[in-house]
Amino acid sequence: MFNRKFIPIVVTLGLFILMFAVGSFRYTGFFSLQVFNNLLIDNAFLLIVAVGMTFVIVSGGIDLSVGSVIALTTMVSASLLEQGWPPYAVIPVVLLMGAGFGWGMGAIIYYFKIQPFIVTLAGMFLARGLCYVISINTIIIDDAFYTKVAQTKISLPGGNFISISVIIAIVVVAAGFYIAHYTRFGRNTYALGGSEQSALLMGLPVKSTKIKVYMFSGLCSSLAGVVFTFYMLSGYGLHAMGLELDAIAAVVIGGTLLTGGVGYIVGTFFGVMIQGVIQTIISFEGTLSSWWTKIVIGVLLFVFIILQKLLSERKWTLRS
Amino acid sequence: MGVTDKQQPVLQMSGIHKHFPGVKALTNVSFRLFPGEVHALMGENGAGKSTLIKVLTGVYSIDQGTVELEQKAIRIGSPMDAQQAGISTVYQEVNLCPNLSVAENIYIGREPRRFGRIVWNEMNRNAEQLLKRRMNLEIDVTLPLHHYSVAVQQLIAIARAISISAKVLILDEPTSSLDRGEVLQLFAVMSRLKSEGLAILFVTHFLDQVYEISDRITILRSGELIGEYRASELPRIDLVSKMIGKELHLLEELPKEAKSANEGKEPFLQATALGKKGSIEPVDMAIMKGEIVGLAGLLGSGRTELARLIFAADKADSGEVLIEGAKGGVHSPRQAIDNAIAFCSENRKLEGIIDDLTVRENIILALQASKGWFQTISKKRQIEIADEYIKALNINPPNPEHLIKNLSGGNQQKVLLARWLLTRPKLLILDEPTRGIDIGAKAEIQKLVLSLAREGMSVLFISSELEEVLRVSDRIVVLRDRHKVQEMQGEELSQSNVMKAIAGG
Amino acid sequence: MVKHHLFWPVAVLAALLLFNFIYSPDFFSIIVRNGNLYGSLIDILNFGSPLIIVALGMTLVIALGGIDLSVGSVVAIAGAISCLLISKGTDQSAWSLVLMAIGVSIAVAIVLGLWNGVLVSIFGMQPIIATLILMVAGRGVAQLIADGQIITVSSKTYNYLGAGSLAMLPFSIFIVAAMFILVSLLTRRTALGLYIESIGCKPTASRLAGIRSRTVMLAVYMFCGLCAGIAGLILSSNVSSADGNNAGLWYELDAILAVVIGGTSLNGGRFSVTGTLIGALIIQTLTTTIYMTGVPPEITLVVKAFVVLVVCLVQSESFRKAIVARWKTRHYPAEREVKQHV
Repeated sequence: MFNRKFIPIVVTLGLFILMFAVGSFRYTGFFSLQVFNNLLIDNAFLLIVAVGMTFVIVSGGIDLSVGSVIALTTMVSASLLEQGWPPYAVIPVVLLMGAGFGWGMGAIIYYFKIQPFIVTLAGMFLARGLCYVISINTIIIDDAFYTKVAQTKISLPGGNFISISVIIAIVVVAAGFYIAHYTRFGRNTYALGGSEQSALLMGLPVKSTKIKVYMFSGLCSSLAGVVFTFYMLSGYGLHAMGLELDAIAAVVIGGTLLTGGVGYIVGTFFGVMIQGVIQTIISFEGTLSSWWTKIVIGVLLFVFIILQKLLSERKWTLRS
Repeated sequence: MGVTDKQQPVLQMSGIHKHFPGVKALTNVSFRLFPGEVHALMGENGAGKSTLIKVLTGVYSIDQGTVELEQKAIRIGSPMDAQQAGISTVYQEVNLCPNLSVAENIYIGREPRRFGRIVWNEMNRNAEQLLKRRMNLEIDVTLPLHHYSVAVQQLIAIARAISISAKVLILDEPTSSLDRGEVLQLFAVMSRLKSEGLAILFVTHFLDQVYEISDRITILRSGELIGEYRASELPRIDLVSKMIGKELHLLEELPKEAKSANEGKEPFLQATALGKKGSIEPVDMAIMKGEIVGLAGLLGSGRTELARLIFAADKADSGEVLIEGAKGGVHSPRQAIDNAIAFCSENRKLEGIIDDLTVRENIILALQASKGWFQTISKKRQIEIADEYIKALNINPPNPEHLIKNLSGGNQQKVLLARWLLTRPKLLILDEPTRGIDIGAKAEIQKLVLSLAREGMSVLFISSELEEVLRVSDRIVVLRDRHKVQEMQGEELSQSNVMKAIAGG
Repeated sequence: MVKHHLFWPVAVLAALLLFNFIYSPDFFSIIVRNGNLYGSLIDILNFGSPLIIVALGMTLVIALGGIDLSVGSVVAIAGAISCLLISKGTDQSAWSLVLMAIGVSIAVAIVLGLWNGVLVSIFGMQPIIATLILMVAGRGVAQLIADGQIITVSSKTYNYLGAGSLAMLPFSIFIVAAMFILVSLLTRRTALGLYIESIGCKPTASRLAGIRSRTVMLAVYMFCGLCAGIAGLILSSNVSSADGNNAGLWYELDAILAVVIGGTSLNGGRFSVTGTLIGALIIQTLTTTIYMTGVPPEITLVVKAFVVLVVCLVQSESFRKAIVARWKTRHYPAEREVKQHV
């Protein structure tokens, strides 16, 4: 049976294929597995962040702090490495830091009933500011482990390759999918986004779910930060500026309702890929400037939001 | 189904006290519930019904008293506690998640799992069987809940409740938005559950339904216990008088002055074939100047829908409306107001009061809206107006700067009436103006309506209470299943005639 | 007095000023130089003027129950358009050219506000989503207009807007004063304020009371666009250049913050224009204070984060109750429940 709730995902997937096809017809060398792999390589951190963001948005919230947490992670990693910490200690520490940061925001949102928008805004300021407390300059990473991970290419048949970050990102997407659909935490998140009042009266653990959602997003952000560190090999307070918007856009383009309750990890995956394709097309085009990415993403957001609106209105008329 | 006194009650509440700052919500209330019975909890607004239920569901804590479940004292601290103890509640507005599938709504929080992984097939199968076996409902359980009607959603909510091995099921006004067929379906389920030994606490405003399904009735008034009775031994009239606590003189017929015949009167409004798909079939009707037209019919018969079309709160998809013989029609509430039509919605909370604003601002709102941005009413004039209406309608507390959200339901209703009277309407549409307000205020509003009509205002009056409609109306339009079925006036106006028309057949 | 809606904002501002007074007494000194007044207080008003103006527009949008995330992008677009037009002129200081540039960019800003308004009121989109579109795309559009460059202009006339002075005071202060008076008149002398509060609190009830919600919404979003446009002009004229990438960055957040600090709830309904003014001043004072104390300016963000939290916590009923409950344990839980469940 074809379930109409999958329409947004099908549209997202269709759009991705269409864009990839257009790129392939227009530019020589576009249609190759490696171009696709590069999408993954260049957007691995965005994928990871977007998975966490999907949970937050499905729960009916929003997390504006993700970009800043990535920057903070790169900064903390770089400065700890500079002080001679071994990588196997640095990575757990920054992951814990990210999760703890998210936990704190979630707790404030839950206990004091302040809008997530405001709390995570404060979190965004805080994390970005803490970067500068550490240093206002770039800290270059020359740790052997980090450079090795950054340079490792995992060969695929046919002469193509991916990076270790891609593996991490794919594992996160798979884990996100499993958590969303096959665990109580995941289902409680959807219930929370559908109706918090009902979730409470149904006896669901609203408190722990809400806090865990932000904790998960914080963890994803810091993991993305680790991946970002591999990618940039530096810590800098201006890293990942405005990434929260890219993540939110990817989630929405992936068919998740910003009002909460409905959302798809698979959709988010293709949402990120679509953004990647746009960037790739623009770079292949050569004459187009990078700001067209923002304009196209804005237009896509518009189209998808209108689409969701139409779908949900048709649902309404069916009901009444 | 006889409940013998030898049986032990499954739930026993004794000496319950609960008060809020300034209000004694419950004073020394006791209540017992036996297995295998449907027990109606009755009372006017403010009687303490909802407080008692909130105590049972763990939303409120009690100041004093004991709650025993199967002879064991329990403490209910949260909705989760209540559920775990076996007390489940289904509310009027279904408290499920509309975005989740039917099966999930039943099993969420208790999903069948293997190695921590939710087993969807098993859950869907269980849900299907549960609904079929105990609710007699065969539906696709994988669809999201919002695909189904409120009635079905309610059955699903009950299925969830009983599947958590409920001993006590509380149904809080479950029938308010159901049509007759759906009510019967619900009652069938209730009877079946009752015969399986479940104790059901049933709260409703509909007297017919109380006698149709209940074994016992407990009556509360002003936070105190009036008594517990067998339904079969309590005549209706006694039930009503115990609920309202007064003998019926306030409900007695208002002086029914010679309800003048309408011959010779000019129509204020004429609607031809006014209708909207899925909400009300095309209706022809006219309202004369100075006439009170009652709309009678069951809930869901299309009363509110028709009123909303006349005011253009919803858009009609057929027909036209003539105002004082003039075409042009009414396409938005704003146009309706410009045509001197006023509409008091039944949904006071959502479509009436503006919580954050004061009584004064709520009163002048519609008048100011019709004056536009730049023609403002001076603050001094606003206060004068507010004071005038506070006095005329006896609004309490008599302070125009009080926030409306802190007023009682009856006083809020009066403020809304004031809002509309201030616009000097020629047609006032009142949708359930007396619902949820105390009996004294009710009589005041009815009197007001009659005197307004005497002064030449036309009124379209909607109420679920047949007596009330009969008392105030010159003419009654009866609706059934979204059709207009009959129109009666003068000699024809009697309870039995209207009832027959409503029931049909 | 604690109950007054301006108590907390004023108290915070006073505390900040007091701190400055103790830390460096000449904070309050104002000197005359070249016939103009100089001093930290003047700086706060001067540098804070774009934020105050954006926040005024934001106040009305938030009171309507909406939010406008696109103001930062509109600031950038308005600055880019006017600078582009002026830079194309032969005599960049010509009055006609500057006025034309100002006129065009303000018109565009209003149209962008209208776009947001149409999405929200006619398409019925959630405001946060509707304005997110322009927030993302607008930044790209600003860069497109400036062709990715920083456009510099050398126009004395244009520069006057953001850096000139009148009656010994920076000219931008007069723009702020004019906008503040305009908003106050619009909301308190016309029925607009009542309409906005009514719609922000209960949209359906307001529609049924005959308020033309759509018109009000369109007007308010357009006004917010106008405010952002003016702020963009002041900002770009102050530095005689337009940077599509960085102009107005974070303005939406600062403006929302100013509104919230000023005591207007993000849920809509009651609003306070004066509160917003104080809120914006608090933010600007904070920035100035941090500069004064010699802490690296980037740390402002950390302090801002704590201010946001503290202000929100103070306004959060749950938080106050939790504190009060420490010594008044008995009655509060019940009251809180009544609030939540009735």
